[in-house]
Amino acid sequence: MAAGQELTPTSYIGHHLTNRTVSLGDSPFWTLHLDTFLTAFTLGVIGFGLMWWVVSGATSGVPNKRQAFVEMLIEFVDDQVKGIFHGNRAFVGPLALTVFVWVLLMNAMDFIPVDLVAWFTGNVLQQHEWKPVPTSDINTTFALALSVWLLMLFYNVKVKGIGGWTHELFCTPFGGNPLLWIFNFLFNLVEYISKPLSHSLRLYGNIYAGEIIFMLLWMWAATGLVGSVFGGVLALGWAIFHILIVVLQAYIFMMLTAVYMAMAHESH
Amino acid sequence: MNLNVTMIAQAITFFVFILFCAKFVWPPLIRALEARQKQIADGLAAGEEGRQSLERAAKDADAAIAQARSRASEIVAQAEKRVSQMIEEAKSTAKVEGERLVAGAKAEIEQEVSRAKEMLRTQVATLAVAGAEQILKREVDAKAHAEMLAAMQRQL
Repeated sequence: MAAGQELTPTSYIGHHLTNRTVSLGDSPFWTLHLDTFLTAFTLGVIGFGLMWWVVSGATSGVPNKRQAFVEMLIEFVDDQVKGIFHGNRAFVGPLALTVFVWVLLMNAMDFIPVDLVAWFTGNVLQQHEWKPVPTSDINTTFALALSVWLLMLFYNVKVKGIGGWTHELFCTPFGGNPLLWIFNFLFNLVEYISKPLSHSLRLYGNIYAGEIIFMLLWMWAATGLVGSVFGGVLALGWAIFHILIVVLQAYIFMMLTAVYMAMAHESH
Repeated sequence: MNLNVTMIAQAITFFVFILFCAKFVWPPLIRALEARQKQIADGLAAGEEGRQSLERAAKDADAAIAQARSRASEIVAQAEKRVSQMIEEAKSTAKVEGERLVAGAKAEIEQEVSRAKEMLRTQVATLAVAGAEQILKREVDAKAHAEMLAAMQRQL
C-alpha cells in the first residue's frame, strides 16, 4: 500500500490491478508495464533455465527423477501436438512447449496471495502497484496470440506460397465459383480476425476474473473474524478450483497454437 | 488495460524463449527419448529372436532324437535280419556238407563192395581151378586155359 492513501475497496482492487508503468516515450503507447514484463521474463528464465539444466544432463539410459519429470512434460506436449499437427515438429513442438510452460507459470502466479506479493514488491523491491500475474495483463495475451497469428501467416505463405494462400482465401470454404469469392474472403477475414482475439481474450478473461474473485474474497477477509474465516475457506476452495483453470487455460492456449499451426500447414 | 509497448516487449521475450526451447531444450531431450525408444525396441527384438532361436533349437533337438531313435531301430532290425540270414546260410551249408559227406561215404562203400566182389571173383576162380584140377586129376595148363578161365571169371 502506498503510504497515506485511504484504504477503500475501490482503492484496494484498483491498487492490485494497476500495472507498474515506466514511460519510454511521449505517447501513451510507449508505456511499459514493468511488472508484467519482468515477472514474465523472470518466470520464463527460471522455467526454461531449469528445463535446460535438466536436459543438458539428459541420458538415454535410466533417467533420474527430475529428467523423468521434464521428459513427461515434453512427451505430453509432443503427444498433444502429434495428434493435431502432422509434419516435422522441430519448430512447432518447441513452440507448443514454450507456450504451455510459460503460460502455466504466468497463470500460476495467481496462487500467490496478492498481498504477499504486494508486501514483497513494496518492501523488498521498493516497487508499488506491482501486478503479479502477467497473463491478467492483456498485453501479454495479445503478444502471445499475435505472435502465434504472425507465425500462422508466415507458415501459410511458406507452405502454400502467396498464390496458394490467396487461392485458399478466396476459394474456401464455400467453393471456387467466382460468385462465391467475396463470401469466401469475408468468411476467412472474420476467421483471421477472430482467431487472435478469441485466443488472447479467453486466457486474459479467465485469469483476470480469477484474480478479481481472489481480491473480493481477500476484501471479505479484511472485514472481521467471520469474514476472515469465510474468506479464507472460500479462497482455499477457489484456489483449488483455480488449479484446474490455470492448467486448463495453459493447455487450451497450447492446443489452439498447435491447431493454428496445423491449419497453416494443411492445404485444402 | 491498454495496449502499449509491453505487448512488443512480451512478444520479443516470447520469441527468445521459443528459440531457446527449439535450440537447447527440445532437441536434446527428444534425441534422448528416441535413443531410449530404439534401445527398448532393440532389446525386445533381441528377446524375441532369442525366444525363436530357443524354439528352433528345441525343435532341432527333437528331430535329432527322433532320427537317432529310428536309425537305432533300423540298425537293430538289420542286425536281426542279418542274424537270421546267417543262421539260414549256416543251415544250408551244413545240409550241403552233410549230403556231400553222405555221398562220399556211399561212394567209398560201393568201391569197397566192388573191390570185395573182385577179390571174391578172383578167389572163386582160383577155387574153381583148384576144384577142376582135383576133378580132372591132372595138371591143367593154366596158361592154356587162361582164356577160358578169364571168360568164366567174367561170367561170375
